[in-house]
Amino acid sequence: MTELALHILDIANNSTRANATEIKISVVADSREDLLTISVADNGCGMSEELLARVTDPFATTRTTRKVGLGIPLFKQAAESTGGALTITSKVGVGTTTTATFTLSHIDRVPMGDLTATMTTLIGGAPETDFVLHYEVDGRAYEFDTSPVREIMEGIPLSEPEVLGYIGEMIAENIENINGGIII
Amino acid sequence: MKTLEELQAIRERMKAKVNNRGVADASDFRIVVGMATCGIAAGARNTLAALTAEVEEKHLDNVIVSQTGCIGICRFEPVVEVFEPGKEKVTYVHVDAERARQIVASHIMNGNPINEYTYSYAVKEN
Repeated sequence: MTELALHILDIANNSTRANATEIKISVVADSREDLLTISVADNGCGMSEELLARVTDPFATTRTTRKVGLGIPLFKQAAESTGGALTITSKVGVGTTTTATFTLSHIDRVPMGDLTATMTTLIGGAPETDFVLHYEVDGRAYEFDTSPVREIMEGIPLSEPEVLGYIGEMIAENIENINGGIII
Repeated sequence: MKTLEELQAIRERMKAKVNNRGVADASDFRIVVGMATCGIAAGARNTLAALTAEVEEKHLDNVIVSQTGCIGICRFEPVVEVFEPGKEKVTYVHVDAERARQIVASHIMNGNPINEYTYSYAVKEN
């Protein structure tokens, strides 16, 4: 993947398929610690210990259309190639949290890319799901939550292009503001 | 700075629009983009964005753009399927943003599927 945001899209899609009603995405960059932490936490169906044990194996998948599942292995590889790691905790009936750490300044660390496009793609694809984005750079934080937006929209789907467009602009502005000129 | 307050104005506009449009009718096109790992890695997020933008810009109210998982032909991603009532599904392969715009213009707006971009064409050629 050419962007960490694409990994986030892919991993969060797993949450959607696990019937999550709430998906929390967190991106925290800390330049002093030289650490970037990305996590995707959901309240979906969760995984059995048996599936959890082999989920980073490219030849494990819950799909029937093909025999490989590359989403998690690719994310793991992206993290490990910077000296970071990927951990997954999961409990059946409770949910799954996938966390990847990266050495922020590592030359092999994939750029964040278009996190806004990832968020609008996720919301557009699962307009009934609650998404929370926590975005933090060196202590400056922004939190986006679909819940208040949904409340304001009074039943109009968040996938409506005009609504989604506005959400996108709002997230993009805030991310840019938090970044303060730095490109993560 | 964009604020939640501005959303209220959008809501009022949307309410009028959604009411006018009513429920989807039988003439509806459905465009489906494969958004599994294979699709995403091949650029499907941009394909989807281009399709959504084009449909919005051209005011194609009879077109629904949606996402799906893996269609099973990963080496041809990004894959886009076009469903039209009463017609056979058309599967397009290697659909980047530019192809996406061409498909909307030719297939959706003018009823001419682009044969060269279809799965059946790609399989025949290789």
